Amino acid sequence: MNFRKGNWSSEIDVRDFIVLNYTPYDGDESFLSGPSKKTKKLWSVVKDLLDKEREAGGVLSIDAKTISNIDAFEPGYIDKENESIVGLQTSRPLERAIMPYGGIRMVKNSLSAYKMQLDPSIEEIFTHRKTHNDGVFDAYTDEMKKARHYGIITGLPDAYGRGRIIGDYRRVALYGVDRLIESKTLALDDLDVDSMTEDIIRKREETNEQIRALKSLKNMAARYGFDISLPAKDSKQAIQWLYFAYLAATKDQNGAAMSLGRVSTFLDIYSERDLAKGIYSEEEIQEFVDHFVMKLRLIKFLRTPAYDQLFSGDPTWVTEAIGGVCVDGRHMVTKMSYRFLHTLTNLGHAPEPNLTILWSENLPQNFKLYASSVSINTSSIQYENDDVMRAKLGDDYAIACCVSPMKVGKQMQFFGARCNLAKALLYALNGGKDEMAGEQVAPETCPVGDGKLLYDDVLKKYGAVLDWLAKLYINALNIIHYMHDKYCYEKIQMALHDDDITRTMAGGIAGLSVVADSLSAIKYADVYPVRNSQGLIVDFKIQGQYPAFGNNDDRVDKIAIDVAKGFMKRLRKHKAYRNSRPTMSILTITSNVVYGKKTGSTPDGRKAGVPFAPGANPMHGRDSNGSVASMRSVAKLPFEYAQDGISYTFSIVPGALGKNSNDKKQNLVSLLDGYFADRGHHINVNVIDKDVLIDAMDHPEKYPQLTIRVSGYAVNFVKLTREQQLDVLSRTFHSRL
Amino acid sequence: MDVKGRIHSIETLGLVDGPGLRFVVFLQGCHLRCLYCHNPDSWEENQGRIIGAKELALKIQEYEPYIKNGGVTLSGGEPLLQSEFCAEVLRLCKQLGFHTACDTAGSVSLKTAVKVLEQTDLVLLDIKDLDKDDCKKLCGISPKMPIDILRYCEKVEKDVWIRHVLLPGYTLKQSKLERLADFLKKFSCVKKIELLPFHKMGEFKWKTLKIRYLLSNVLEPSKEEIKTAIEIFRSRGLKVD
Repeated sequence: MNFRKGNWSSEIDVRDFIVLNYTPYDGDESFLSGPSKKTKKLWSVVKDLLDKEREAGGVLSIDAKTISNIDAFEPGYIDKENESIVGLQTSRPLERAIMPYGGIRMVKNSLSAYKMQLDPSIEEIFTHRKTHNDGVFDAYTDEMKKARHYGIITGLPDAYGRGRIIGDYRRVALYGVDRLIESKTLALDDLDVDSMTEDIIRKREETNEQIRALKSLKNMAARYGFDISLPAKDSKQAIQWLYFAYLAATKDQNGAAMSLGRVSTFLDIYSERDLAKGIYSEEEIQEFVDHFVMKLRLIKFLRTPAYDQLFSGDPTWVTEAIGGVCVDGRHMVTKMSYRFLHTLTNLGHAPEPNLTILWSENLPQNFKLYASSVSINTSSIQYENDDVMRAKLGDDYAIACCVSPMKVGKQMQFFGARCNLAKALLYALNGGKDEMAGEQVAPETCPVGDGKLLYDDVLKKYGAVLDWLAKLYINALNIIHYMHDKYCYEKIQMALHDDDITRTMAGGIAGLSVVADSLSAIKYADVYPVRNSQGLIVDFKIQGQYPAFGNNDDRVDKIAIDVAKGFMKRLRKHKAYRNSRPTMSILTITSNVVYGKKTGSTPDGRKAGVPFAPGANPMHGRDSNGSVASMRSVAKLPFEYAQDGISYTFSIVPGALGKNSNDKKQNLVSLLDGYFADRGHHINVNVIDKDVLIDAMDHPEKYPQLTIRVSGYAVNFVKLTREQQLDVLSRTFHSRL
Repeated sequence: MDVKGRIHSIETLGLVDGPGLRFVVFLQGCHLRCLYCHNPDSWEENQGRIIGAKELALKIQEYEPYIKNGGVTLSGGEPLLQSEFCAEVLRLCKQLGFHTACDTAGSVSLKTAVKVLEQTDLVLLDIKDLDKDDCKKLCGISPKMPIDILRYCEKVEKDVWIRHVLLPGYTLKQSKLERLADFLKKFSCVKKIELLPFHKMGEFKWKTLKIRYLLSNVLEPSKEEIKTAIEIFRSRGLKVD
């Protein structure tokens, strides 16, 4: 039984292979296998290691003597005889590597945070060798440095790896490395042209880098005892080949987000064949998947504590996109989709790999119910709208980081972190001065007067600041990505891309709901500025009511839409590096807390330092019609103007989801069907327990849209006083219930 | 003319008041004074927000993608006190193709109730206590009216889910529960029993309204007690959730 041949047989075309060969699965989860003996043994070792890492304060050990590279390390194992899938980032599990090409300073800071020192010989090398970070600061303007310092633009990848690039790791399994080298070598011929322009020169250099990276990949695998020059022959090899390719990327790049792509349905083609031929049993195949996922859970990078503060929880965003629908109309759920989700049961729940369901109304009901039940039990799945994304990106895209879709192997992005739009509004009111520091950051303009803020006047001033900000932002990103390509090129990930690719310049915004509510307050209520002795506006007096974003009220939802659209239109006006196409995300991950800390009081009544809502979420405490109203507000934000993704987080206590486990999973499916039919782009579902609820009391911004209900009980939880909330919470999880 | 009504609040994510995902409207106003009431803020008839039936139905229609497999539930307060309004809201909802439910203690005359019931696919009927005197002590009225409504539902074959609060010292007694179960098992319209363990999540509302709460010292039922209660109904062939 051989694979069906097609275009993939003569060209590098993984999608074609998948579409011709995959088997949609409509059944339920009953075929799944529990953890094997080996899995249990190995997982207990891994768990131990992870516990030790936690006890050690977040980092177990660091190899400060070796500059990380694809084949720089001796092979490493966890427990060799029990490992079905092998390969570690360094020679020991959880030992973190140093990757100085992004910036030597960042490496030194990270090491000193963990009381370690950089090996002098490496330090010596980098007195001669320039890094990405050095390059960027050679080119930054004073204005950019200022904007960065005061946090109107934050999180820029100017001192660390930009990440968000997804190599098509499947190519290594399908074609073997030799074929990929051959294809890249042929590409070099096409780059032998009459006129050696800058663009061609760069491409020639990059292609040779890619070829060398592929050779290193082969060498790394060889050191583990595998010859991956030829295609994988069965499901175990396919997983191993693919993992080596991904592993190579994590040895080469300390990227902010290192997504895996969309591998499960691809792998299912191999496992279906193995099952049919009797080569491997279901239990064995699940074991390979479990071991692969264990390895993915061990992916770690060396980062500074400041970075961790911004993105709490040491995240790596090993995002795997599961499900979705094929352009020919068949859904793309396979048994392997189930096996990946099942790792959350076999190995317990974990945030990584970041399992992401590409939801469509046409996914099989059985799978929807299964995903829903796994969500309820683990809170470890996020969902994104395949029906919306497929229309733009076809059926072989994956998700970089949390919400950013891109065609696998055909598209990459220049990650741009985000602008703080709430701070920008305060700049507009303060004539371009920073509201916390009093420093002139944006060009000096006439600040607003002392009387009631006038909506049209504020909008005009805000527009001018956004014009300035968008231009500065794209220009700063142009510098960053020019230097990243030059000094810290993603050679292995780009080797697993087509020769000609689409590039996007992925901007982002934070504080959208704060801005929408602030503008709504100025428009519908009376807002007066309050100044300090230097004349700087530090607070606002609000008289009257205003409609808040998150209540499905067009008066304010429209403002939010206009702000998002307006900023995207501004980004599009500027020329972006390497002819990339500007896009935008409405996403903060967990950095909404830090953005809030660095932003003064806003006209919506939010006090200085109070966290923003995450992503596109409405501000906590302002929704009074329940969560679906809030979802509807978010779903109105147009994906066309935020094609890098719109993030929404939703929390609920299990009891509020339904009366029994069957109702609960059905209800969550209805909720997801509704949100995605409403064109919502993304949703995180947190089903939280009592301990988490206590945390929710102190950090409401982390658990937006918290829903707590019992039959017939009418309460707007978010509107209660803290005392009342505590009262209700303690009763919700009453031990006797 | 758009019939107007008074509502206490809206819950767009209703997952525990009828089947599926539901748009729940809590009506303002109730003349019962149940000791365990968790929405005493919905008692006063002259408060709440005034809204037209058509206006409300249009709002509900926007939620179609979410509630098409669930529906709309009117709760309260006592929805049947605003029967004209409720009947109109539910009529419009049915016109829009939504499943309709009414969460009621049935404390109005059958004649008044019927207008609403005719537009209701599922009645969530709260039976407080079958004993006349105990029922009066618990909520202020006798159980006659809700029982009339139940009989009507049986006659016209309208689905009913019975809701019954398990209140230690009051309704949570073997003899009472057996009597209720024996009574209910005769009704083929009763599709399900929802036994609601007494909880005090509404106690803070009593404090806020400065009304004396008499059940502060009553404990919530234990798991064992709940299990025993469920068994009484199940053993008589009734479905319990």
